[in-house]
Amino acid sequence: MYQLLKQIAVVGIKTEAPPQPDEALRALAQRLQERVLAAFDGALTIRHVDAGSCNGCELEIHACNNPYYNLEGLGIRFAASPRHADMLLVTGPVSRHMEVALKRTYDATPDPKLVVAIGDCGCSGGIFGESYASCGRVANVIPVDVAVPGCPPTPYAIMQGILTAISRGTTSE
Amino acid sequence: MSQFDFPTHPLPCAVPAWHGTVTARQWREAAQGVLAQGGRLIALWGGDQRPHGEDFAVHAAFAMRPGLLWVTLPIQSAFPDLSDLYPAASRMQRAVFDMLGVTAEGARDTRPWLRHAGWARDAHPLRYDFDPSNRTTGGRDDYAFVQVEGDGVHEIPVGPVHAGIIEPGHFRFSALGERVLRLEERLGYTHKGIEKRFERMAVQEGARLAARVSGDSTVAFSWAYSMAAEAAAQVSIPARAAWLRALCLERERVANHLGDLGSIGNDAGLAFGLAQFSRLKEDWLRSNRMAFGHRYLMDAIIPGGMVRDLDRAHASRLALEIQTVDKEVGRLKAIYEDHSGLQDRFINCGKVAPELAANLGLTGLAGRASAQSWDLRVQFAASPYDQLDVRMATHRNGDVAARVIVRFEEIQESLRLLRAILDKLPEGTHCTTLPAVPEGRRGAGWIEGWRGEVLIALETAAQGRIARCHAHDPSWQNWPVLEHAVIGNIVPDFPLINKSFNLSYSGHDL
Repeated sequence: MYQLLKQIAVVGIKTEAPPQPDEALRALAQRLQERVLAAFDGALTIRHVDAGSCNGCELEIHACNNPYYNLEGLGIRFAASPRHADMLLVTGPVSRHMEVALKRTYDATPDPKLVVAIGDCGCSGGIFGESYASCGRVANVIPVDVAVPGCPPTPYAIMQGILTAISRGTTSE
Repeated sequence: MSQFDFPTHPLPCAVPAWHGTVTARQWREAAQGVLAQGGRLIALWGGDQRPHGEDFAVHAAFAMRPGLLWVTLPIQSAFPDLSDLYPAASRMQRAVFDMLGVTAEGARDTRPWLRHAGWARDAHPLRYDFDPSNRTTGGRDDYAFVQVEGDGVHEIPVGPVHAGIIEPGHFRFSALGERVLRLEERLGYTHKGIEKRFERMAVQEGARLAARVSGDSTVAFSWAYSMAAEAAAQVSIPARAAWLRALCLERERVANHLGDLGSIGNDAGLAFGLAQFSRLKEDWLRSNRMAFGHRYLMDAIIPGGMVRDLDRAHASRLALEIQTVDKEVGRLKAIYEDHSGLQDRFINCGKVAPELAANLGLTGLAGRASAQSWDLRVQFAASPYDQLDVRMATHRNGDVAARVIVRFEEIQESLRLLRAILDKLPEGTHCTTLPAVPEGRRGAGWIEGWRGEVLIALETAAQGRIARCHAHDPSWQNWPVLEHAVIGNIVPDFPLINKSFNLSYSGHDL
């Protein structure tokens, strides 16, 4: 136990400053009313869905929870069930075999909810495009509020996308 | 290869490899002969030869003592089953039927595998006359899971959407109280039509797609693809490029092992482990970005060599980093080993005995933890590994604890290799131009990725395009073994066991 505590003390705190929202990432006009955003107070619960990614974006989402980015320190945590979620974080192009699962997850998420699509595949279908096996970008299947490009996007960019989705923005009611 | 009665000719690959065309009888005999000698089945796939005036073909790649044996069997509609010899062939054969409509004669399991309801039952995407933009779906998705009956047995379906941040797949548990009686997997949820997408791409272009088969193994797949393309083009890469590729491959291995050791600790309740290892991994990824321009080294390797060179200043920083990481991992290893609560979860959990591992063809890291001593860097050491004397990490117990120990040892070995690579990195150019590849060439790329061996089998078409490219991930061999590993364990130990294997969904589903 001593070695464990010593390691924690020696390494110290590594958390860096979080990013600011970026309006350019918004795919849809801000759908949530200001009073709802105020209730979030910058914190929320996310359900991640891999709709067909290569796993690269998942690695960077995992990294958002490492000590440097410390997403949980901002009050943003991941939940096991869409029923507990305020936001869906969706990676990958939507494979045909994940289309129903993604839609059901979206429907199971109670309102008010937001959707952030992660990665080039999530934004445009990426190198996989649309085909017999792929529905293409996430917005082809469910409404997307913010789309974060990158292959994969860095944890910083992912956090920026999440924070943008819950920011008031210039186009909210 | 003289033991076989069919002619084989060597392929100009960076690893020893041969190709031969066989009859149905020779297909079975080759499979039996390989098994008798202690060899293994790597991959089984099919192709549509009708544009060339033939019919269909099935291919198999075997690992033998001298090297890789790739056999091709021209067929009309059926081929002899191999799953009695190699259990891993069962799902591969089911996938061949889904994609091409040719059957394995005598196979016991003929359920669809990669096809759910995304396309019609009588449609076969890899047939040349299948339109890739086809949108017709296949009606109801009615998969015949094996029924388990008995007093008190209940069924727990999990997925495809999983509780954590992880790829999608379905696990059907049959449990008695807390204990798992049986697990049946269903994969194919992330099938994106990669093999169809490869067709007609230019050989150079294909590298980008290969890099995205499985994001955490982008270096392994890129190198395997480039190796195959270079073999097809019959071109050698500069020595410096080969050494830089090994640098990237070992860096990918370390990154994944660091991440896994944290996650495995976390799955057993040690959040400290996740915090410490994820921090180390972040430092490592930032160094990748500094030195090669991408945190995961994606697109760094291309046919012909490397996209960019490593400059001296960055190389020095990488060398310094190795020393720091080595010490840190050593400290964390001691903490993990001394942590009785953690070891109590790890030891005897998700055990795969060596005999079962050998029968089922368990490979790669998980295989080595169950005494299956295969590592391409040792057995078929392509440059620069032939000058590095890689030490294989193995263990006999085949439990979560063993897979953790193998990861720690592989990190330490990879750090040692990285030190040697940076020390001995030859001067010279980092890339050569790939000439236009003529039609009808074959190339194979075979690389020990962090999970296990990755194979790319490439056949070229006219105008420098790909006729057929098959990408094989070692998860094909290992997924079925996971079904055995969980038997008798409690359901809450499944995430821990699954994570200790950490198999690829996307690399498998293509």
